[in-house]
Amino acid sequence: MTGVLAIAEHRRGELRDVSYELIGAGRELADDLDEELHVAVISGQVGEFAQSLSKEGVDVVHTVSDGAEFNHDVYTQVTERLADELDPTVVLVPNSVNGLDYGPAVADRLDRPLVTDVVDASFEDGLTATREMYGSKVETTVEVDAERTVVMVRGGEWPGASGNGDPEIREVDVEIDESAVRTTVTGFEEVGGGDVDIGDAEVLVSVGRGIGEAENIELIEELADALDATLSASRPIVDSGWLPKNRQVGQSGKTVTPEVYIAIGISGAVQHVAGMKGSETIVAINTDPNAPIFDIADYGIVDDLFDVVPALIDEFEG
Amino acid sequence: MKVLVTVAEVGTVEDDFEIDGTAIDERYLEYDLNEWDDYAVEEAVQLVEEGLADEVVTVTIGPERSEETIRMALAKGADRSVRVWDDSFDGLLDVGVKTELLRAVVAEEEPDLILTGVQTGDAMFGATGVSLASAVDLPWAAVVNDLEFDGETAHVHRELEGGVEELTDVETPAVLTIQTGINEPRYASLRGIRQAQSKEIAVKTLTDLGIDGVESRLEMTEMYEPDVEGDATVFEGSAEETAVQLAGALREKGVGAQ
Repeated sequence: MTGVLAIAEHRRGELRDVSYELIGAGRELADDLDEELHVAVISGQVGEFAQSLSKEGVDVVHTVSDGAEFNHDVYTQVTERLADELDPTVVLVPNSVNGLDYGPAVADRLDRPLVTDVVDASFEDGLTATREMYGSKVETTVEVDAERTVVMVRGGEWPGASGNGDPEIREVDVEIDESAVRTTVTGFEEVGGGDVDIGDAEVLVSVGRGIGEAENIELIEELADALDATLSASRPIVDSGWLPKNRQVGQSGKTVTPEVYIAIGISGAVQHVAGMKGSETIVAINTDPNAPIFDIADYGIVDDLFDVVPALIDEFEG
Repeated sequence: MKVLVTVAEVGTVEDDFEIDGTAIDERYLEYDLNEWDDYAVEEAVQLVEEGLADEVVTVTIGPERSEETIRMALAKGADRSVRVWDDSFDGLLDVGVKTELLRAVVAEEEPDLILTGVQTGDAMFGATGVSLASAVDLPWAAVVNDLEFDGETAHVHRELEGGVEELTDVETPAVLTIQTGINEPRYASLRGIRQAQSKEIAVKTLTDLGIDGVESRLEMTEMYEPDVEGDATVFEGSAEETAVQLAGALREKGVGAQ
């Protein structure tokens, strides 16, 4: 029996960081179980990927070469087949957009309970996972009452595996049922572009849901002008159509690393933080002292932005 | 064409709250239509307005209290609703249980298209749509932020990380999980709210759905506020005072230097 089967993720020819983090998480769980860690890589240049995934702590890398890019029907079939054969206690899938596109189907087909968006996990008598709820305002401990599970791991929570190892590499031939492949990827599209590249800015003034109304954005624009900064935003502002998509910072927008990032009325949901945590100095202005943004901020003001921002504009323009 | 939309009622939490056992104390919770489902309802109603769909039915797993939220979806243009509940439900319903309940409703309704929100704002599992698609053996696409439907194939954009979208064609009938920002959800009009009062909410028990009983395989054993690891310098005082202190810190970093 295999302890853990982790499914690597890649896109457009490159392994994604979460693949190495899965190895980190997978090794921990495999140690708890005193069993092996198997990693599978599906589609694309699997031979090259297997070399990169040959990290310390990995016992076997399975390569399945069907298709060039991610297709959830192929991933579901292959993962199900590997799990049937290896009988792992835990199937580990990244809690990425693509992970969410096949992980739940794998759990359904294998009739295993599914725990998603896991930030910590251990295995003793059964699997115990830590998850967040209510937009990261609370953390919960979840116990799984089953011998086998599918666990989806949030990116950025485990250190990525680094040291080289010497795992066995197994080429696996999985016969894909083509009649069950009912989605076709027709291409990719970069979003954004346009007038401004927020990725180049040294100072970003970023606005979030706390701004309330579209017309209030003007106030933040004024501040950005006064600071000679570039204006960016969190997802809700872009979803509302108040600023264009190329201004969006976060997992589904742009990853930015300015010298100074000023987050105004942004609570700091994990998807947002993923796109800006590399900023050199982070400033947060928010009414909620418990907002997660303060956990990563260097400087903070707990107050109404409509009081603080005009005062700040005066400071720089006065 | 019939569109089935899953609609969840979610608890939203105030800034300050207390935890009671493994739940947020009721005093600090307000209940609302799940944000992602609001976009899913809007997408379905637009399909009707474009002449591509004839009927929008919503399905909710929720207690009687959730009928207020369901009426909101009806006021926005859904035609009728199904609410599933059994008094034996308590605590965390896992993805498997929700899938089993929704599968029974899909078997009764036989929709041509199923839309779900990507996730709920409270439990944040993000898995029900794809799990359901697998269980009812329909094609699917997750995290859809653009949909063009030609009557047979759904041409969708899937929003990946890092500002990249994947273009995918999905044969219908299908399940699509809808991401925020795909459209602009409408406010319920007064007329819509009035009309919603007379629209049907069919309540189904486990027996009605032919299910013997369900058991969640996940149990939440603890809920707590996460440790704040931050070491931010938090400026204190009036807005003017904190602005002066922050301006000083920013100038040290070279901000505003012409």
